Amino acid sequence: MTTETKTTKGGLTRRKLLKTASAAVGLAAGSGAITGFPTIWAQNPITLRQFGTGVSNINAIAEKCKEDLGITLEMTATDSDAAAQRAVTQPNSYDIADIEYWILKKVYPTGVIQPMETAKLKYYDKVVPLFKTGKLLPDSVIAQGTAPHTVGYVESKDAKTFAAGETELFTMMPTIYNADTLGIRPDLVGREITTWADIMDPAFKGKTSILNIPSIGIMDAAMIMEAMGNITYADKGNMTKEEIDKTIDFLIKAKQDGQFRAFWKSFDESVNLMASGEVVIQSMWSPAVAAVRSKGIACKYQPLKEGYRSWGGGLGLASHLSGAQLDAAYEYINWYTSGWVGGYLNRQGYYSAAMDTAKEFMTADEWGYWIEGKPAAGDILSPEGKVMEKAGAVRDGGSFEERMGKVACWNSVMDEDRYMVRRWNEFIAA
Amino acid sequence: MVEVRLLGVGEPKQKRELRLPGWLTSYLQATPLALVLGAFLLLPILMIVTVSFWDYDFAQMYPDFVTFNYTETLGSWVTWKTYLNTLKYAFLVWAITLFIGFWVAYFLAFHIRTAAMQSVLFLICTVPFLTSNIIRMISWIPVLGRNGLVNSALVGSGVVSQPIEWLLYSDFAVALAMVHLYTLFMVTPIFNTMMRIDRSLVEAARDAGASGWQILTNVIIPLSKPGMAIGTIFVVTLVMADFSTVQVMSGGQSASVALMMKNQMSLLQYPAAAANAVVLLIIVLLMVSAILRVVDIRKEL
Repeated sequence: MTTETKTTKGGLTRRKLLKTASAAVGLAAGSGAITGFPTIWAQNPITLRQFGTGVSNINAIAEKCKEDLGITLEMTATDSDAAAQRAVTQPNSYDIADIEYWILKKVYPTGVIQPMETAKLKYYDKVVPLFKTGKLLPDSVIAQGTAPHTVGYVESKDAKTFAAGETELFTMMPTIYNADTLGIRPDLVGREITTWADIMDPAFKGKTSILNIPSIGIMDAAMIMEAMGNITYADKGNMTKEEIDKTIDFLIKAKQDGQFRAFWKSFDESVNLMASGEVVIQSMWSPAVAAVRSKGIACKYQPLKEGYRSWGGGLGLASHLSGAQLDAAYEYINWYTSGWVGGYLNRQGYYSAAMDTAKEFMTADEWGYWIEGKPAAGDILSPEGKVMEKAGAVRDGGSFEERMGKVACWNSVMDEDRYMVRRWNEFIAA
Repeated sequence: MVEVRLLGVGEPKQKRELRLPGWLTSYLQATPLALVLGAFLLLPILMIVTVSFWDYDFAQMYPDFVTFNYTETLGSWVTWKTYLNTLKYAFLVWAITLFIGFWVAYFLAFHIRTAAMQSVLFLICTVPFLTSNIIRMISWIPVLGRNGLVNSALVGSGVVSQPIEWLLYSDFAVALAMVHLYTLFMVTPIFNTMMRIDRSLVEAARDAGASGWQILTNVIIPLSKPGMAIGTIFVVTLVMADFSTVQVMSGGQSASVALMMKNQMSLLQYPAAAANAVVLLIIVLLMVSAILRVVDIRKEL
């Protein structure tokens, strides 16, 4: 690795530059290079410790990162509550925080994440406007909840509150996001499903399920409540105590009437409930739908007229990063958004924040199927090479713009969080 | 005791011998166990008790002395309902495992003639324990499900027209899985005590004109009580502390005390969970001491 670094001065293609060892990282990152350069030599090879909920689970990314950048990624995956805790209580145990935006809202004010300069982010311009203004298209409506752009910027390096609009300081580089909705068994529901309220249809009594993760389950419940016309929330992502009470009371009643078959907590539970036919309509995550379908069982990620419940995550820099480590972190993030990872995530059914760069790493057919909502020309393969969809299939919900353009609310953290969790536990015990 | 003493060798050595006072010896002998128990049982419990008085938010615990973890726990109807629910499971499972366990042990102890066969059959009882707890529990799901083995068989043979819904994700499923998981904990101690019953007592009873039923109620049951008590302690404590069976088999529809704690811990509300643990510990200890009141295990062993 060290021999390679000596040859990396100037006049390189981007690709070749990416392949060089981390010593070149400081240069590539641009402005920080002058002070960073000598330290990089001392710290070679660079290791970045990344922890979090999302892409920390994907080993292929760590391998590719090592191959392209020479940076060793040590990844730790946790669930979201543990991630929030770790981010705050052990700020020196990680370099990169891979967390969701609602966790960032809790964590950033404690000062453990440093903002990044947009000038150093090579692909900042390519980030979809959803993360900058909250609007995917100029005429989109800004969704409720912890929308990423509301926690995306700060005014100054030591600000503890978020900026109202776009600034030069980005709190987190968005990486992965998606729009969640209800999954259905089209062969068993026996009718069109068009709204979140359909999950409460007496016809599906004892054949429905919602997820038992309070912070997300309450949002699904809110979508259902509003769709049924029971209540209109000022902000689904930040309910008042009365709104929480009303929602939970409704859930308890539905539970006692036997509307639900089960409540699931983990991915595999949701897959099994659906695959075995125990439930025909339930809260679901997109990879779970794919898993049911890969068993040869019909399952649809049904778009609903009220819109999607969305979530998004990104990479944040730990406060303790400086010098060579910081430069390496920037380089890692720039590599991350340069396309390969984006293509990988898109092919998993998630979305990449820098769509244009991801496009270069996808075939025209893949791009057409996953992003444009076109029928697949050939078989669609997962990143691991497994057939996910046969030729002719169309993605549920259609194109990227159709899906992400119809976000009704984002996963969020409420001011009355503790009260909500207590009431949610009552619902489960009732 | 026979003492062999070599002249001129034994005497000076005895003088150098370190003489410990009697009380110290007993303390020293008890030290290793006391240390192990202290470090791995007492200390953790003390820590749990301490933490249960701390304050917390989403990320951290703050050393403090607050009692709201207890007032919140004890003041909420959820807690009471959950405890009641858990006690219901404990009672159901205890009664069923005791019944099954007693008869299995009785059969093994009194109806199998050879010791070899007894061992073989007893080992067969333990075979399911060679697989993991979770596997044994989850295997019930495809059996009991709406489209599971039982329902397919019932619907297929025309016994019922609609699949029976309450087989899975119900109290029935929870109790069934727990009985399946815990019956052996009842069989083993009962079998053990039954094997110690002097067979001549049974003969004497028969000679004295007792019927089979009288032998059972007047000789065997009273003498197997310690085994039943030990089995009861096993089963009751296991059920009271169970969370995975309840969650999986009820499909998240029912709550148990341990599940409530697990929920709190997954939300990092450790002090609240600790308070809950202390309450549960007290209740289980009370139950165990009540059992020991009824049967004096030590006397019978």
